[in-house]
Amino acid sequence: MEPLVIDAKGMHYTPLNKKIRSAVALGVKEIVINNVRGQRFIANGLRGHDVKITINGVPGGDLCMFMSGPECVVYGNTDHASGNTMDSGTLVIHGSGGDAVAHSMRGGKVFVRDNIGYRGGIHMKQYGLKRPILAVGGTSHSFLGEYMAGGIVLVLGIGREVSVQDRGIGSGIHGGEIVIRGDVDEKLLGVGAKKVDFTEEDLERLSPVIKEFCEKFDIDPTPFLDTNYSRIVPASSRPFAGKYTWE
Amino acid sequence: MCGIIGVIDRNMSLMDGSSIREALSLMDERGSGEGAGYVAYGIYPDHADCYAIHVFFDNLVEPKSSVDEILQDWGHIVHQEEIPTYEQPGLKKEHISWRYFFKPDAELMVGTSNPKDEIVKYVVMRVNSEIEGALIFSSGINLGVFKASGWPEDVANYFRIEDYKGYIWLAHNRYPTNTSGWWGGAHPFNLLDWSVVHNGEITSYGTNRRYVESHGYNCTMFTDTEVVAYLFDLLGREHGLPEDIVVEALAARFWDEIDEMPEKQEKFMRTLRLTYGPALMNGPFAIVVATNKGIVGFTDRIKLRPMVVGENGSRLYISSEEAAIRVMDPDVESIYMPRAGEPVIGRVIE
Repeated sequence: MEPLVIDAKGMHYTPLNKKIRSAVALGVKEIVINNVRGQRFIANGLRGHDVKITINGVPGGDLCMFMSGPECVVYGNTDHASGNTMDSGTLVIHGSGGDAVAHSMRGGKVFVRDNIGYRGGIHMKQYGLKRPILAVGGTSHSFLGEYMAGGIVLVLGIGREVSVQDRGIGSGIHGGEIVIRGDVDEKLLGVGAKKVDFTEEDLERLSPVIKEFCEKFDIDPTPFLDTNYSRIVPASSRPFAGKYTWE
Repeated sequence: MCGIIGVIDRNMSLMDGSSIREALSLMDERGSGEGAGYVAYGIYPDHADCYAIHVFFDNLVEPKSSVDEILQDWGHIVHQEEIPTYEQPGLKKEHISWRYFFKPDAELMVGTSNPKDEIVKYVVMRVNSEIEGALIFSSGINLGVFKASGWPEDVANYFRIEDYKGYIWLAHNRYPTNTSGWWGGAHPFNLLDWSVVHNGEITSYGTNRRYVESHGYNCTMFTDTEVVAYLFDLLGREHGLPEDIVVEALAARFWDEIDEMPEKQEKFMRTLRLTYGPALMNGPFAIVVATNKGIVGFTDRIKLRPMVVGENGSRLYISSEEAAIRVMDPDVESIYMPRAGEPVIGRVIE
């Protein structure tokens, strides 16, 4: 089947999303959307495990929110909260993400080639076999993995001496893990976060993620397959137990 | 949630208002149709020696005769007219928009190095707090604010902002949260040369308001952003601080960051924070401020509101969303997200 090509120039997000949904309902497996500029909510709640959507341009906020299954590839930067509460599927961003990328994500993968803004991976969660992944090639601003409850955040810091230089990493983290290439200055850790060694077992566990990220952006994974990472995990499962409640 | 966008052409090439209208309309979702506005610098070259006083009148009888009288007492009205407006089906005309081109009489004010600015500030504060049915919402030289309750495109079409040409434009789409939407509560907020657009809320409004009111400003617009314009006027104009230092005072660094600075800088920052404690702004905000010399954009220190910067040759753009910048300038060369609290400054090259 030929891919469906949509020219989104000047189109509001509602008709755009209706087109995407009705095409997928009719069995279309590949959709290319050109001239995307600021349309929000693209592919929201979309289901379909072998559907691929290519976005050329700069989509608006909440891209792929609640999405379950499809692969969405963006050639451009994205706005706030891409991958918001994503259920499953893959979002690949050939550019940078805005603030709160992978917000409350509960499954699936978000790969960002360049950088992300503030609060990447805020309140990511996991349950049973569902373990969301946010992988970033460049760097992140403050509050990475804020209030994180599950899943994996990986930051590779490609082309940088220090991968992350912004404060508040893992503020309020009570589940999941944040893995950052190289060392992380202790003073950048948020309340409730602690730094632990990244072991050979961790590498074995993370290798498939690193390899998949590199494959998406045509990068040689070899230099990244060692234990030169910092692992940031919760210091306790209830970091604010003494702040809001008392026994 | 609100939407902001600003642009400066550092070579002072003029841009008409049509592209910023398109950019702001792209962010309609960030507003609720209860307030939108624009300000442009360089739009009144034929009256470049006058203060352009824009007023909302409830009627042209009592409030206008009172304003006429105050202006005539303090100087000379060179020209006055109704600001041309064009009826829009989606916009209810609540006020008559009027403009005066005004020359204050410098000899009537003492105790200041800039009596003309002081006279205009006095007139603005007096009209806005004493004259029922009149509100001065723009009072600078060779600049003008155009705002109303409505959607960005309706407000732009109501004033036909494409008929104005400026080298700096700021625009704002309002989503009122703490106070209701009305014409005076739409952004930009302006006093003299300062114009402000703001996304977020100033939770320190009470403290900041008491501080500026103790320096002769009256807050009359029922919304927090007004205080930002007065803080910039006080620190920037009256106290003569450069823009980046004003930002350091309003969105001050965390104490732990100050502690780690080299001694001289640490001492300066500590003094600045202590001196301007009541001017410190708390809460989530992304703000762009303009003067005739340039624009400065900054966010709160923990970045609770978005801000994206784009550059293309002599043009610098600051916006809530990258897509809006690309509407104004599809060929924008570099796009980046400044760090929280970091001032982004675009100055005209004179």
